[in-house]
Amino acid sequence: MPQSDGLLLRPPRHRVERRAIVWWVLRAALIPVPTALVLGVLDLLIPPARFVFGPLFLAVALPGLCYLIVMPLWRYRVHRWETTDQAVYTASGWLWQRRRVAPLSRIQTVDTVRGPLEQLFGLSGIKVTTASAAGALTIRGLDRGRAAELVEQLTSATQATPGDAT
Amino acid sequence: MSTATQDPTEVAEPAEPAWRRLSPRLIPVHLAWLVPPVVTTTGTLLGTGGRLNLQALITLSSFTVAFLTVAGINLTRLFTTGYRITDERLELRSGLLFRSHRAVPLDRIRSADVTARPLHRLLGLATVHVGAAVHGTSAGRALRLDGLTVAQAGALRQELLNRRGALLAEGPADAEPDAPIAQLSWRWLRYAPLTIWGVGGLFAALGIGYNTLHDMQIDPLKLGLVHQLVAAFSSVPLWVAVPALLLVLVVLGTVASVGQYVEGWFGYRLEREDGGVLRVRRGLWIHRSVSLDERRLRGIELAEPLLLRLGGGARLLAIATGLGNAEENRTRSVLLPPAPRAQALRVAAEILPDGQALPITAELTPHPRSARRRRINRAVGVVALTAGALALPGIWVSQFLPLACAVAVVLLPLALLLAVDAHRALGHALVGRYLVVRSGTFARRTVALERAAVIGWTVSQSPFQRRLGLLTLTAATAAGRGAYRVRDIAVADGLALAARAVPQLLDPFLEQG
Repeated sequence: MPQSDGLLLRPPRHRVERRAIVWWVLRAALIPVPTALVLGVLDLLIPPARFVFGPLFLAVALPGLCYLIVMPLWRYRVHRWETTDQAVYTASGWLWQRRRVAPLSRIQTVDTVRGPLEQLFGLSGIKVTTASAAGALTIRGLDRGRAAELVEQLTSATQATPGDAT
Repeated sequence: MSTATQDPTEVAEPAEPAWRRLSPRLIPVHLAWLVPPVVTTTGTLLGTGGRLNLQALITLSSFTVAFLTVAGINLTRLFTTGYRITDERLELRSGLLFRSHRAVPLDRIRSADVTARPLHRLLGLATVHVGAAVHGTSAGRALRLDGLTVAQAGALRQELLNRRGALLAEGPADAEPDAPIAQLSWRWLRYAPLTIWGVGGLFAALGIGYNTLHDMQIDPLKLGLVHQLVAAFSSVPLWVAVPALLLVLVVLGTVASVGQYVEGWFGYRLEREDGGVLRVRRGLWIHRSVSLDERRLRGIELAEPLLLRLGGGARLLAIATGLGNAEENRTRSVLLPPAPRAQALRVAAEILPDGQALPITAELTPHPRSARRRRINRAVGVVALTAGALALPGIWVSQFLPLACAVAVVLLPLALLLAVDAHRALGHALVGRYLVVRSGTFARRTVALERAAVIGWTVSQSPFQRRLGLLTLTAATAAGRGAYRVRDIAVADGLALAARAVPQLLDPFLEQG
């Protein structure tokens, strides 16, 4: 958040797991790396077409490499989360950043989300939905045990409040 | 299906009301599905003199099969659907192969809308849509009773709303309501051409027509009429032809949008029924009736699209929970069609209950100058891109370069004007129980959302916003479109606004910088 006098929104307390960086790198590599590999192999195998595949390879590989290095590290600095007995507070993004707050009293469901790559690293995410169409709050890159605890804690806090959370 | 008690999903309770059925008058309505294939087949046969090529044959037969299937499905549904109201629930059952039985608690029912399409009206039938508060499913679509008689539909609607509203004293079905809050005035028709939908609809109709003919291997461009038009168009000089074409488009668009306005809003009445239900009735061919529980009302939105705003008109929308998904919400939340702005404000004042100052007319706090710089940058960017795209062929054909320059010269002032207007539109305020937000130049929206209805905040920043010290604050809510944005507000102001609008929610995360 920028420096300005007056009020500031402090970042949430907890970082996500450091392993999440590797997860983000792998996830981001899924498309550019194979594409660059194919282009590179074609470039090596078909010398007459080098004037096409050479530049194409560079056009995919260089931005791809920058993205793979910059994005996960930047994300790790931004992604944070915190829960109080009143609210859930999350921060996410890298270039475009969002911070979201939802009161526990308005939470409708708390789910665990875990993709195949996340399972590989023992990571887990949680998804907190409210009655709003604005979308759910998600915290990705938590330790599996930590996420389970958090889900437990949020669910019981949610059940404690009556009403249909609209 | 004959006896209700054999239904396995049935909960055995003594003295349950009998299942009620759809009207058999619906049979001709469903059989009407067979008319289009018959007509098109005969038409094509006559038009081609009885010789069909394979392509046309395939198109026609798939057409026929599709319509037969629809008619069959609808008839099955007619014979298998039943409904009843018990003490606590509305129960619905339907289906032959895939039986479904649904029960909705009456206190979860938020609306009961009555629609009648032309054919239905001819036979005295109507459709009842029941809106229920069941999260995450398109319950509104599933809970539909298509083909009750008008009397049945009215009675069901009244019954549902009566039983649900515990506040209600015995509200008889034919109670004379008070004078309507608003009623269609034919003078409003002058606002119809200011909604651009007419032109869009025209293009859509042309596109569909062309595609259909094309699929049947008939090239519309080779028809005699089109030939003559093209010949006439190319025989006159370009400076006559282009304005003439534009004029034709504008005229046709006007006719189309006026037609649409009349179709959609004929007989429009907005009234308040006992028990705090707002009811909108409208439609020429298709009768629509939307009931909106005032207890579900969370705010109000004044929409002023650019053209309408220049003409001094506005539309009014309700922000309410339980109106269904985004699409349903768009059509069902309309309280007032394009009408004079003063009318919209008057209706808003009558709908928002407490006698406070009307939030949507309140003085709003403008947003910082850096927000204007963002808009000007964006405008210049769009003009540069357009001109650049036009100038690109200039590498090969030099005539494109002056064209690109001319376009840039014309567009730039216009874009800057829009940018300044967009900045002037930005504003926010807290007025009594409401958070008021305004933004937009093409579609200006002034939103007054109840502060208590805000169920979460999102603070987002793009890299540009971070540099300029701005942020976009999004209020999440269960009502209306679900998220309402305060765009490009200064960081400290935005956080202060959020903290004051909903006390305590943001406080633990704020600190003095």
